[in-house]
Amino acid sequence: MTGPHPPRPGAGTPAGRPPVDGNAAAGLLGEVLAVEVTTAVAECRGCGAHAPLAQAVVEVDAAGALVRCRGCTRTLLTVLHVPGGVRLEVGCLAALTGAAPTGGAPGAGG
Amino acid sequence: MSGWLAARVAEVVPASASGRVLVLDVPGWPGNLAGQHLDLRLTAEDGYQAVRSYSVASVGAGERVELAVDEVPDGEVSPYLVQDVRPGDVLEVRGPLGRYFVWQPEDPGPVQLVAGGSGVVPLVAMVRAHAAARSPAPFRLLCSVRTPADAFYRPELEALVDDAFRLDWVWTRAAPPGWPGTPGRLTAAGLAAAALPPEAGPTVYVCGPTGFVEAAASLLVAAGHPPGRIRTERFGGS
Repeated sequence: MTGPHPPRPGAGTPAGRPPVDGNAAAGLLGEVLAVEVTTAVAECRGCGAHAPLAQAVVEVDAAGALVRCRGCTRTLLTVLHVPGGVRLEVGCLAALTGAAPTGGAPGAGG
Repeated sequence: MSGWLAARVAEVVPASASGRVLVLDVPGWPGNLAGQHLDLRLTAEDGYQAVRSYSVASVGAGERVELAVDEVPDGEVSPYLVQDVRPGDVLEVRGPLGRYFVWQPEDPGPVQLVAGGSGVVPLVAMVRAHAAARSPAPFRLLCSVRTPADAFYRPELEALVDDAFRLDWVWTRAAPPGWPGTPGRLTAAGLAAAALPPEAGPTVYVCGPTGFVEAAASLLVAAGHPPGRIRTERFGGS
């Protein structure tokens, strides 16, 4: 058993602030999960295509929705109904970039 | 936005041989942009639920929402909406949804709309918004339908034709009496004759069944429209 890992060079924020916990990302994550998804641009890890999510191929059934890249057909996302909620499984989605619902926000933790 | 709203059926109006317009009163509906859609949920007595997406034909503020539904034979939801639902019945809706397949009156650029069958519904909302705003943006709608009996909103669309709005029909199976030409699918020549040319720089909205959208988008790209200016909305059926 070794002691705590020493901080890696460059760890933490550019401002040198120490790492905090997930609460600190709540506001920013809330923005991500509230983006207007049809216009948000999805980047496929499989083929590198960038396209608005509205242009993805979607298969819907009672279980949920399978969202595929129109470029290479790989699964970007799966959205499933689960008891009491929904489940998002991230497949080949490398990034999702969208406008904040209220038109932008100041930088995190400003 | 993820909440379901009660939607009371206010009116049902036959709209075509296989479809009808449903006017819904939806308390809490925040209004919608032209081209947006909603999710509609039906719950059976045994608790079974089915959800489908429908484009909204109405546009703007207000809690009255208009849909036009085409019956998909063997579908799970559309036959109920077209055959069975009555004024006073209560459905559930969620929306408005989508910002991608949307036209806003502030956009001054030319617009080419291409509809296959009931894919005309979100485009009707755009044409209504264009007329209501007295927008000078050049607007054209090319509608492909099987026969005149299958055409949604034909009288209203024809009444809106003016200097800023041109309407063309493609009859794939049977044309109205006296129509010049023969029925058939949309072709490159038909597109070139009716649509704004690529040089005009239109934003193009294509909506219809998947096969129609693929075919129309291919013709548009072959004609020189940049793929990035073509927005598509496909519906599979049911």
